[in-house]
Amino acid sequence: MSVMFILIGCSFLLAIGFLIAFIWSVKSGQMDDDYTPSVRILFDDFNEPIAPKNLPQEVKNNKPNKNQYHAN
Amino acid sequence: MKRKMATTTKPTTVVKCFHCGDECITQLHYDDHTFCCVGCKSVYELLSANNLCSYYNYETAPGATQRNPILPSAFTYLDDEKVQAQLLNYRDAQIAKVTFFIPTMHCSSCIWLLEHLYKLNPQVTLAKVNFLKKELQVNYNPAQTNLRQLVTLLSSIGYEPAISLNDLEKTVKKDESRRLSYQIGVAGFCFGNIMLISFPEYFGLDSFTQGTFSKLFGYINMVLSLPVFLFSAQDYFRAAWSGLKKRFISIDVPLALGILVMFTRSVYEVISGNGIGWFDTHAGLVFFLLIGKWFQQKTFDTLSFERDYKSYFPVAVTVLKDNEEITVPVTALAIGDRITIRNNELIPADSILLNGNASVDFSFVTGESEPVQKVIGEMIYAGGRQKGATIELEVCKKVSQSYLTQLWNNDAFAKENSSHIQSFQQTVSKYFTIALLIIAFGSAAWWFIFNPSLSLNAFTAVLIIACPCALALSSPFALGTAMRILGGNKFYIKSPAVVEQLAHMDTLVFDKTGTLTQPSVSDITFYGQELTICQKQLIASVVSQSIHPLSQKIKSYLHINKLLDVVAFTEITGKGMEAVVNNHQIQIGSKYLVQAIEMNNLATRVYVKIDGQLLGFFEMPQAYRNGLANVLNALAPIYQQYLLSGDNDKEKQSLLPYFKQAANMHFNQAPTDKLKFIQILQKQGKKVVMIGDGLNDAGALKSAQIGISVTENTAHFSPASDVIMDASVFDQLPKYLKFSKQTIRVIHISFVISLIYNIIGLSFAVKGTLSPLIAAVLMPISSVSVIAFTTITTALLAKKGGIQ
Repeated sequence: MSVMFILIGCSFLLAIGFLIAFIWSVKSGQMDDDYTPSVRILFDDFNEPIAPKNLPQEVKNNKPNKNQYHAN
Repeated sequence: MKRKMATTTKPTTVVKCFHCGDECITQLHYDDHTFCCVGCKSVYELLSANNLCSYYNYETAPGATQRNPILPSAFTYLDDEKVQAQLLNYRDAQIAKVTFFIPTMHCSSCIWLLEHLYKLNPQVTLAKVNFLKKELQVNYNPAQTNLRQLVTLLSSIGYEPAISLNDLEKTVKKDESRRLSYQIGVAGFCFGNIMLISFPEYFGLDSFTQGTFSKLFGYINMVLSLPVFLFSAQDYFRAAWSGLKKRFISIDVPLALGILVMFTRSVYEVISGNGIGWFDTHAGLVFFLLIGKWFQQKTFDTLSFERDYKSYFPVAVTVLKDNEEITVPVTALAIGDRITIRNNELIPADSILLNGNASVDFSFVTGESEPVQKVIGEMIYAGGRQKGATIELEVCKKVSQSYLTQLWNNDAFAKENSSHIQSFQQTVSKYFTIALLIIAFGSAAWWFIFNPSLSLNAFTAVLIIACPCALALSSPFALGTAMRILGGNKFYIKSPAVVEQLAHMDTLVFDKTGTLTQPSVSDITFYGQELTICQKQLIASVVSQSIHPLSQKIKSYLHINKLLDVVAFTEITGKGMEAVVNNHQIQIGSKYLVQAIEMNNLATRVYVKIDGQLLGFFEMPQAYRNGLANVLNALAPIYQQYLLSGDNDKEKQSLLPYFKQAANMHFNQAPTDKLKFIQILQKQGKKVVMIGDGLNDAGALKSAQIGISVTENTAHFSPASDVIMDASVFDQLPKYLKFSKQTIRVIHISFVISLIYNIIGLSFAVKGTLSPLIAAVLMPISSVSVIAFTTITTALLAKKGGIQ
C-alpha cells in the first residue's frame, strides 16, 4: 500500500498545477471579459494581400474578393 | 474594378446606406455601393484603401452615421501634457497605454475593425476590445504618434471615444472581483481535494487499512484547510468584527464563529488523534458562501449607475483670449472668460450669450428633446448642447457653482445613502445569533452537569452545525436571480440589495418631461386652410430632404409618393428649413422661422409658409408614455404618487385624474427643490422611489431610497441611480414592483427551509452525537437545495407574473 504515498503526492502536484494555471489566468485578465473572446474566435485570419509597395495605387487598393470571407 | 461617383436625387425608393444602414436621401455611389453621406463614404474609402472591408462582412451596415462629422480641432486639448498624463494608464519612451470608452461600439464588426486599428495607424502595437464594457485598450508608440491622432483616427471611422471630465479624476479601483476569483479558486481546490482525501472515512474503508492512512490524511486535510481558513474566509472574519465594533450583529457573526470553531476543533482532533475533523465541511462551507458572494457581485458591466455631471461634461473648452482661440481645461474656466461653443458641443458653465444663434438642446438636463432658442444677452444654463452654428458666450459662474452642477454640492451626494431599510437577512441574523448562542451555552451547561466529557463536544457541534450557510445563501440567490430576470426585461438594477429595498417602498415620485412624456410623438394634425394635393406634394418633397424626426413624421403623415425636385435646400438647425420647389418658395419650421405668434401651449408645432403665405401648422401634442394611465391607476392603491416637474403647470388639468389631488403635483421645481421635496417626504417616514430621467432629477434620484432613471437608450445617458429602466418597458413598472415583493416572499420561505435544516442538525448536536459525516452530508444538501429552491421559484414567479 505504500505506493499510495507516491500516488497521493503525484495527484497533489497535478492539482496544484491546475490551481496555479487558474490563478495565472485570473491574473492575466482572462476572466475580466467573458464575452469578446467568443466573438473574436469567429473572425477569419486577416489575409494580407500580396501587394508590393511599388505597385500603382489602383492595383493595391483592389477590394478583396468578398467570397473569400465567410462571415457569420 | 470600375469606379464611378455620382450624386443623384431619387427619393421614391428606399435605399439603405452600405455603411450605416440609414435611408439614403442623397445617394452617393462608390465601388458599387450606395452611401447616404460624404462621411460614410469616406469611412468606406479609408477602410477599402487599407484592405479592411471585412468590416462589412460580419454585420450588414455596421457603421454609425457620419452625417454630423466632428471637427478635427475638437481634440486639440489632447495635446495638453496634463490632460494626457491623466488619461494615459501608463507611459514611457517606447510605449503608452490608454483605455477609451467607445459608446458607438455595438456589433462584432466593431470589434473586428477596432482590433485591426494597427492597419490604419502602424504605431498602434495593441488594440483590444472589451465589448461588454465598450472599452478599447490601445498601446502605441508615443514617439511616432500621439493621443490626438489616435482619437481623431477613431472619430474619423465613426468610433469617437467619449472623454469626459470624469476621466480626468480617475481613481484607481481595487479589483475586488479578482480577489474573489482567487478566493473561490483556492477554496474550490482545497474543498475538492479534502473531499477526495476524506472518502475512505465516509465509507469506513479505514478499517481495511488498519488506520495506516487516517493519521496522514488528517494532516493533509489540515494543511489543505489552512489557505481556506486564512485566505478564502478572511472577509467573513473582517465583516463580523467590523459589525461587532459598531454593535451590530450581522449574518457574518454566526458564520465567522462557525468557521472558526470548525477549524480549531478539527485541528485539535487531528493533533490529539481523536478523528479526522470537519475539514471537508469547513472548506465546503466557505466555497459555497463565496459562490453566493460572487453571484451577488455580478452586475451589469455595460451600465454605469454612478454617473454625475462630470461624466457628460467635456474635458476642455475653447476660450477666446486676445482674439486667439486657446483650449482650456473646463476646471480652470474663470468667471468672465469668453468661450466658443460649436455645433453639438456642451455648454460647461452658466453663461451669457454674446454672439450667434443659440439653439440649445437641454435633453440631458430636463428630458425635453426640442431645442430652446436663446437671444443675445440671455443667460444659458450649463448642461445644454448647442445645435447649429458656433456661438460665443461669457462665463458668469464657475463650472461647479452653476445652476445645475451646484446640485452635487448638496450633502445628499457627500455621504452614502444611509436611509436604507434594514434587510430581512440582517433582522433575522440578529435573533438567530442570539438564539444560537443560548442553545450552544445551554447544551454545554446541560452536559457539564450530566456528562462533562461531552460538554465541549456539544458546544462546538452546535456552533458548527448551526453555521447559517443556507440562510446566508438564500438572499443572494433569490435577489440575484430576480435582478437577472428584471435585467433581461430592460429593468437594470444596481445590486441585488436594491431588489429587496424596492419591495418595501410606499411612495412613488415621478418627473414629468421625459419620464411620463415621451420625446417621440405620433399623432399629427394639420391646422389651417386645407392643403391641396399640390401643396402636400411640395411640403413632402421638402421634408423628405431632412432627417429631423419631425420632418420624417410629417412625411409619413402626408402620404405622398411622387416627390418633386428640390433646389436651394437649406436646413437651419433648430429652426426649420427653406427650399425652392417648382419655383415656389417654401419655409417649414418653428415659429421663429416663419415669425408666427404662438400662444403658450403643450404641443410642438411646425409651421408651413409657401411663397410668403402662412398656410397653417402641423401640431403634435406632447405625448404621454404608452399605458401611462394603466401604470398610474394600477399603482395608485399600493403607492402614494407625486409629480415633480420643472415645467410650468399648463398640464395640471390633464394629469390631475391620475394624481388625485392638486397638492400631489408640484410644478416649476428647480433641481434643488426636487431634492428637498424628497427629503421632506422622507422626514414624514415615507419610503420614496424617485422616477426621473434628466440631470435635473439627479439630486432627487440620489436622495430617494430608490432612484429609477428612465432612459430611451441605455447606451446613452442616465444620471446616478439605483435602477436604470429602458423607456420602452415603462408600462411594465407595476409588474416589476410586484415581482420584487414576491421575491421577498421567496426569501422568507427559503429562510424557513434553512431553519428546518438547522433544527435537524441541532437535534444531533445538542445530544452530542453529531458525527463529521452527518455534517459533511447536511451542509452541501442544505446549501444546494436552498439555492435550487430560490432560483427556480423566483424564475417561476417571474413567468407567472408575465415577466419573461
